[in-house]
Amino acid sequence: MIVLKAPFTEASIRALKVGDEVSLYGTVFTGRDAVHKYLHEGGALSEAVRLRDGIIYHCGPVVMKDASGAWKVTAAGPTTSIREEPYQGQIIRDFGVRGVIGKGGMGEKTLAACREHGCVYLHAIGGAAQVLAECVKAVRSVHFLESFGSPEAIWELEVEGFPAVVTMDAHGRSLHQEVFEASKAALEARL
Amino acid sequence: MQALFESLVELIRRTSAEIPEDVHRALLASLEREKRGTIAESALKIIERNIELAKQKSQPICQDTGSILFYVEAPVGLDQIAFEETARAAVREATKRGYLRQNSVDSLTGVNDGTNVGPGSPVVHFHQHRGSELSVRLMLKGGGCENVGAQYSLPQEKLKANRDLDGCRRVILDAVLQAQGRGCGPGILGVCIGGDRATGYEASKTQFLRTLGDANPVPELARLEQEVLNTANDLGIGPMGFSGRTTLLGVKVAVLNRLPASFFVSVSYMCWAFRRQGVRLDEGGRIESWLY
Repeated sequence: MIVLKAPFTEASIRALKVGDEVSLYGTVFTGRDAVHKYLHEGGALSEAVRLRDGIIYHCGPVVMKDASGAWKVTAAGPTTSIREEPYQGQIIRDFGVRGVIGKGGMGEKTLAACREHGCVYLHAIGGAAQVLAECVKAVRSVHFLESFGSPEAIWELEVEGFPAVVTMDAHGRSLHQEVFEASKAALEARL
Repeated sequence: MQALFESLVELIRRTSAEIPEDVHRALLASLEREKRGTIAESALKIIERNIELAKQKSQPICQDTGSILFYVEAPVGLDQIAFEETARAAVREATKRGYLRQNSVDSLTGVNDGTNVGPGSPVVHFHQHRGSELSVRLMLKGGGCENVGAQYSLPQEKLKANRDLDGCRRVILDAVLQAQGRGCGPGILGVCIGGDRATGYEASKTQFLRTLGDANPVPELARLEQEVLNTANDLGIGPMGFSGRTTLLGVKVAVLNRLPASFFVSVSYMCWAFRRQGVRLDEGGRIESWLY
């Protein structure tokens, strides 16, 4: 298990390879369909959303207000990342993102952007909303709550010991591509 | 109606927070089978811990609390309009309590009003019978697995799928291949052979109301289910698509008549976070027993 603390240096990200299990600490910003489309279309971000050398997490959490009025994340697993494939490479480049957390993997454009700009795709366990919510120690801020709705908003989360697996690295390797090719060949042999 | 309302809120809570026993057993068995020290094993261990935590904290197993699908078996004479109104109220309440995420978006305006109630949400299917029993089943089906569902129109030249059971097998396995880990595997397939585009998908989904251990009464379909399951688990896609020994936990196949011109095979995928529960209600709407 490799411990990674955000913000990251390019060297620490380029040192990761497919199959590495990591444990994440620091700030992550959620962002999913609405956010990616918005940024792709040139939308602006407040300075509080510090993506440079940081992480975008494809996640639409369940967030409740506790008795004191503070936000509390009660469920926070990853959403399917491939929907952001048209936008992700550009966002990695323009915002200097070093890590994308999601599930299911992404395509060639994102893989190329990871190699070119020094970024990795970190696969969290889909559906593991409680284990991952336990890793969220604080909600620091929220952006676009009104306009995008709670699941689509940008939530700034402080995480500790958030488990993920590197499935696309900065050297052009993708576990998803490899498993697809191997399973395709296995199926052809069995039909 | 107050008792029915409370029963439905409790049904939603338990469905969202607790995995059915048959699915839990299948997941534990797949953890046993997985090679030690692999990322597939790690994934299944996290899944197992997640199941325990969700139950203990009474919080959603998965943050995508999904499409809300009620299946009601009712005696003749049940006021379906009143039932549906109560179901909507229960959904609003369950959302306020955090059993359900604010999960329903106006497709035209993009507005999420945070209630989970709107056109198409929740869905309530009624089925009448001549007995006196009232039972309500609930399925919460997340978007990740819904998105990897597929419908094939046979013949499919590229997949060498003709209008026969072998053709069905080929397209079902293609759906597994295309889904990879994106539907949050290890998953469960619900399949319908025949029907039209709407009824085919509908029947494929109701297959998820069957328990994993049940046997299909139609011998050809029972064989097909087993064959697809075995082959899928030989493909090495594994939990989350990380490669590994368990790609599917189960396959359930239904059949409907078709038109001579159509031959649809509809495949629905259910994620490991299989949320299905059911209750039998007494005359006052109180929970008598749990169905799974």
